[in-house]
Amino acid sequence: MPVSSFINTGDLVRFLPEIILSVFGTLLMVLDPIVNRRSSSVFGNLTLVALIAALFGTAAAYSQPGTAFGGMLIVDGFATFFRVLVIVVGILTTLPSYGFLKRQDAETSEYHALLLYSIAGQCLMASANDLIMIFIGLEISSIASYVLAGYLRDDKRANEAALKYFLLGSFATAFFLYGVALIYGGTGTVNLSMVRSAITGPNAPSPVFVGVAAALMFVGLGFKVSASPFQMWAPDVYQGAPTPVTAFLSAGPKAAAFAIFLRIFMTALEPLGVGWQPLVWISALASMTIGNFAALLQSNVKRLLAYSSVAHAGYVLVAFTARSDTGTAAAMFYLAAYALMNIGAFAVVSHLSGKGEGYQSLDDFAGLGQKQPLTAAMLSIFLLSFIGVPLTGGFFGKFYIFKAALESHLVWLTVLGLLNSAVAAYYYLRILVMMYMHEPSEAASKAEPLSPSLSAALILPAIGTLVLGIFPGWVLNFADKSAGLVK
Amino acid sequence: MSLLTVVLFLPLIGFIVALLVPRSSPQTSRVWALAISLVTFVVSLALPLGFDYSAAGEQFKIDTIWIASPEIHYYLAADGVGLWLLVLATFLTPICVLISWTSIQHRVKEFFAFLLLLEFGLVGVFVAQDLFLFYVFWEISLVPMYFLVGIWGHERRIYAAVKFFLFTMAGSVLMLAGIIYLYNRAGTFSYPAILAMLSSGRLTLSPNEQLLLFLSFFIAFAIKVPLFPLHTWLPDAHVEAPSAGSVMLASLMLKMGTYGILHFCLPLFPGASRQCAPWIAVLAIIGIIYGALVSLVQPNMKKLVAYSSVSHLGFVVLGIFSFTQVGLDGAVYQMLNHGISTGALFALVGLMYERRHSLAIADYGGVANVAPWLSTAFLITTLASIGLPLLNNFVGEFLVLQGAAIANYTWAVFAAIGVILSACYMLWLYQRVFYGEASEQVGSHLPDMNLREWAAVVPLIVMMVWMGVYSQSFLPPVTKATARVLDQAQVNVPFRVALPSRAEVAGAR
Repeated sequence: MPVSSFINTGDLVRFLPEIILSVFGTLLMVLDPIVNRRSSSVFGNLTLVALIAALFGTAAAYSQPGTAFGGMLIVDGFATFFRVLVIVVGILTTLPSYGFLKRQDAETSEYHALLLYSIAGQCLMASANDLIMIFIGLEISSIASYVLAGYLRDDKRANEAALKYFLLGSFATAFFLYGVALIYGGTGTVNLSMVRSAITGPNAPSPVFVGVAAALMFVGLGFKVSASPFQMWAPDVYQGAPTPVTAFLSAGPKAAAFAIFLRIFMTALEPLGVGWQPLVWISALASMTIGNFAALLQSNVKRLLAYSSVAHAGYVLVAFTARSDTGTAAAMFYLAAYALMNIGAFAVVSHLSGKGEGYQSLDDFAGLGQKQPLTAAMLSIFLLSFIGVPLTGGFFGKFYIFKAALESHLVWLTVLGLLNSAVAAYYYLRILVMMYMHEPSEAASKAEPLSPSLSAALILPAIGTLVLGIFPGWVLNFADKSAGLVK
Repeated sequence: MSLLTVVLFLPLIGFIVALLVPRSSPQTSRVWALAISLVTFVVSLALPLGFDYSAAGEQFKIDTIWIASPEIHYYLAADGVGLWLLVLATFLTPICVLISWTSIQHRVKEFFAFLLLLEFGLVGVFVAQDLFLFYVFWEISLVPMYFLVGIWGHERRIYAAVKFFLFTMAGSVLMLAGIIYLYNRAGTFSYPAILAMLSSGRLTLSPNEQLLLFLSFFIAFAIKVPLFPLHTWLPDAHVEAPSAGSVMLASLMLKMGTYGILHFCLPLFPGASRQCAPWIAVLAIIGIIYGALVSLVQPNMKKLVAYSSVSHLGFVVLGIFSFTQVGLDGAVYQMLNHGISTGALFALVGLMYERRHSLAIADYGGVANVAPWLSTAFLITTLASIGLPLLNNFVGEFLVLQGAAIANYTWAVFAAIGVILSACYMLWLYQRVFYGEASEQVGSHLPDMNLREWAAVVPLIVMMVWMGVYSQSFLPPVTKATARVLDQAQVNVPFRVALPSRAEVAGAR
């Protein structure tokens, strides 16, 4: 078959965000020896340009929805939603990185290039319609993130984090790949729609066989979204990795992993729903409970937020358990709200931690409300959103998730999940207590004034969080429209 | 623009402007808070003046779509109960500003900002007719109160603030589950629409569903009231809160619970409400007597007043679950009375704390010799609180006891013990604090009230007398509203006043 029948301009437009991100990533690598790295923030600026261009690319791709490259990619509302989400996460990671890299004396282009590659991988995950493409996207995203986690190479904790993340991540990917192999063996195809018709068709492979494949993929993806019982790596990696990278890891790769999770299980494996639903049910409850109760005991804020991110993965899994379009939309909305508030919270942690990231304990937040009212106010918005106080995105997301769960008659999961969110209020309140009800600590007194880029990195997600809470309609309508995945 | 919208958003505007006031000029913050809260109060007076007292049902209705899908409305309206509670909120906020004028000295700007945000939440709770919107205000009001207690409170403020937040949160998440469940069954959050569906039979809840939903709402409300044995957060929060926080907490936030029971639990889940009524009444009576007994032995003035709230609120709950017209009227009236008289008690105790820096009863004595006007104000409030005829609490307690007696004579007997005990602990408190010889510290530290403090206290005393002497100014719209609640709760009511028929009620919706 001639090449031209595979590749046409439509396909290229649908692939535009990934192309832009890869080109800019490579460009950054090439520029590194040319540009005087001490003098400028040119890498950061270029990264922002790349990401904004990728946003336009995403819009262009969405103007021509459909499949590309012979059905390997699909550009639909769902893909676009997650592409936009991971690119925005990229922008919000880049903004606080300026100050961070300067403080750590580590301004190189690799950091930014790796970030772009990782986001390119996540965009691919969001739009992949084929198990092999999903695997490739997962690998691009993961490998770049492994390196990012260990980016501060003189830092012991960062090294530990990177190694742990790499080893466990590789295992998880292997599990996922076994699952893909089994599916291919059983059905003879890796295309999601064809897998679906194969397992419902007349010559369907044994349900046990497909079930094992689904379970293996569940293990791999459960790891990526840090769902219980595969959450063990999260606290160590989140604590050890450089803070802006932690912010990124807890938002971008997680959202993209949920995107493929949803796409695989709600399309190809949807006919087996009755089988996998109890597993997700257990995983959702365990993630919420383990995450929240473990977070109660933490004194390191990064570790606390790591456990909280496990708990929030649990909330998204509740939406997943609902097995409905409302559930999918709820998961999408929640991931958007969660990404904003989480990345904002980590930006504050990064700002406060100072050179060498020494100030990360809960006590270091003492008196921040007096020393830096704006920073503290922004963090308060994120924390209230984590708790689920109305008029924040976190509240509306939670509301929508539990609404979907109740529609699917998951009464117990709803009740236990909501009680969990009351438990969670305690540890978020501890940070608020520290910031506003104690005398200023050394860290709060020493914190530098907010730079413009950091202010943007705090204020933009805060506005986003409030907008999602007060006018959720804009995002929600899009999520609702896109939730009915092509089956 | 609708009047309710104006009253609701004035405090929010006040909050935003208060945040913008520079930190360096605390006086500006004070003046601004006073000005905006007074304006809000004056504007809110248009509500009782413009209220149609002959009509039942909600008035000043404003209903527009806030979120398209799931359909959530910005739906405000006031019935006879919400009307007075709203006015109580706007009435007490300027008083709280006045009593905090000098007692709050650090982070003044934030204090007044949070006070105004709290007013916004409270006003919203009493007029929201969309269940989702109601929940939003219900939770919003939690946040400023948490900060008021946690930042400006006394020694154990952080413990008290966190306990308060977690108790309320634990209850309200279950209510959220209940609200979502109702939405999934009814397809709307609009409270009047759900009631219409229930009464027309288009929506039926099985007894089991009704019981669980009732509990999910009731527990959230009962924690807020607080009903024995869920009251343990209250003494901590009240004692640790700054005076204005205690006033807002006692006078308004506790009413969110009783208002919720009356406004939502009874009409939505009449069967389950009646089924649970004996149990709840018993808990309420235990609360009445237990709160009074604990008050009797308190060495701390603020704690004494706090436990007396447990006792007083027991009357309100008992009145509601008597399912009689007089009982419900009394319950609502008692909500307002408690708001005025306990609010005044907390304000006066706060004035004394500001002077003497102690809440221990033992540190006082002989105050009447050095501060006669303060003592007089405290005496009137004490007498109002114990239910002396011609003062406000008498009317409410009388109606509640009458209602309880109709429902079950034993209840009334036990509840009346609480009235007697309230006289014991309040008069004994008064005797120990105000009579006797003034010690040297009391003599030198307790100047009498100044003009600003008079301005805060006199309106409260005027209201005590007005509400005690001429309850007809306040009761008719309450009766209309509670009669409708009883009608919706479909209970046979002796002593019922002229009721709008079912068709009229449906028409009014």
